[in-house]
Amino acid sequence: METRELTCIRCPLGCQLKVTIEENEISVTGNSCNRGIEYGKKEVLSPTRMVTSSVRVKGGEHIMVSVKTSQDIPKDKIFDCMEEIRKVTVNAPVAIGDVIIKDCAGTGVSIVATRNVDTKS
Amino acid sequence: MREHDIVIIGGGPAGLAAAVAARKEGIQDILILERDGVLGGILNQCIHNGFGLHTFKEELTGPEYAARFIDMVEAENIPYLLNTMVLDINKDKEVTIINREEGLTVIKARAIILAMGCRERPRGALNIPGYRPAGIYSAGTAQRFVNMEGKTVGKEVVILGSGDIGLIMARRMTLEGAKVKVVAELMPYSGGLKRNIVQCLDDYGIPLKLSHTIVDIQGKERVTGVTLAKVDENRRPIPGTEETISCDTLLLSVGLLPENELSRSAGVDLNPVTLGPLVDDSLETSAEGIFACGNVLHVHDLVDYVSEEAAMAGVSAASFVTIGQKTRTDFVEIAAEQGVRYTVPQRLDTEHMKDQITVRFRVADVYKDRYISVYYDGERVSHKKKRVLAPGEMEQVIIKKESLSEFPELKKIVICTEVE
Repeated sequence: METRELTCIRCPLGCQLKVTIEENEISVTGNSCNRGIEYGKKEVLSPTRMVTSSVRVKGGEHIMVSVKTSQDIPKDKIFDCMEEIRKVTVNAPVAIGDVIIKDCAGTGVSIVATRNVDTKS
Repeated sequence: MREHDIVIIGGGPAGLAAAVAARKEGIQDILILERDGVLGGILNQCIHNGFGLHTFKEELTGPEYAARFIDMVEAENIPYLLNTMVLDINKDKEVTIINREEGLTVIKARAIILAMGCRERPRGALNIPGYRPAGIYSAGTAQRFVNMEGKTVGKEVVILGSGDIGLIMARRMTLEGAKVKVVAELMPYSGGLKRNIVQCLDDYGIPLKLSHTIVDIQGKERVTGVTLAKVDENRRPIPGTEETISCDTLLLSVGLLPENELSRSAGVDLNPVTLGPLVDDSLETSAEGIFACGNVLHVHDLVDYVSEEAAMAGVSAASFVTIGQKTRTDFVEIAAEQGVRYTVPQRLDTEHMKDQITVRFRVADVYKDRYISVYYDGERVSHKKKRVLAPGEMEQVIIKKESLSEFPELKKIVICTEVE
């Protein structure tokens, strides 16, 4: 049996959840509504996060372009993704939505640009 | 003298939304003045996600949210000047600007929208003893360096203050390979949004020490460490609780101050609590034809509310230009009492008001199971229970015009918290 304490962030209330994992049973206490149960289970079973960062641009009007994962990725892959993101340099122009890295760190999720960077005039 | 119908000071989220709204009201002659080289303001460095859930019903990053509004401004062909600093606004609504192309120029405006945003409280305002070594940054400065300029800020970091930018930077520095040792907060609660505490600190095991402050900074050339101490209920450091933490970087996230130097020179009255202009329900300041919105009016935690508020200022400025000055009746005062620190707006023009207005406010402390009540001249007209209220989360009440019909002599609206 494993117990984890979490703060629910589905609303500003911030309930202190106690999530107990027992073989195939997950129980949540401390919640005020059903969303707390949902949140607690998701956080224990398959927590995911969006990752955002910036990468260098060559020949652009700005030297960095902001990027994000096109969807949320497993939480334990965050640092693997960051390692790949840090290695990348792209050439201007870059447009919002352009794929910067395909299938980042084996997550199947792409890294896409979140800012337009034109070529330097 | 060059003249424009509406001049907007600032091309960040507030200025952009105000411009788009004024154009939709039919105002052709609008000019946005922006001191930076790009539009979008602070959103350009807020590369994290979580913006736009209210406005666009999807979760965007800061630059994407800004781009949506920049695209609207471009589509509407609204003119703007970049790299242009506003030096002065006078009582005749003459705006003195300077830039490399035109030098010093004075522009006459029929209406002005103040959308200058805010800036960070600096170290000098904190009275922390110690030398002035390298390695001390306001959190927003560090954010700009890391996200937009590709610079490494530091490797071992302590953050003072748990405002949202500090929390966001705790995560950002961690992702960039730095070790964030602790976030210290003077107050017994965090000033940041709950979701940021969970996703920026808890996710990475970064400790948040409430009721703690920094009493000493070590290092002469570069920061080498800071001394943390617990504070008592009067926020005074408790002797004997000091603890020294080695670090090469100190980030300060200790509050945002609306940037109102220009408002003052225009003769706009300011509210001592918000540090922003006093406004009525149309967001007009005490100076006729000068409106205010966004973080220059009061510091927001969600950009969505900035856009909504700014659109309101845009509509009001447009109506001032087309219809002209309202025949002003006596204002109804909107007062913040008992646990409510301030309200925006602070007064209501019942004759010209829209069918409903949103009054935004912040509470003074963390409260559990309290009511938010609205009184019209001493009579309670609304009483809503909230499970939790916190200073870091802006609250709002809606005042409907029809609810005022039974109070023809109304003088004062009070918004307060109540235990029962």
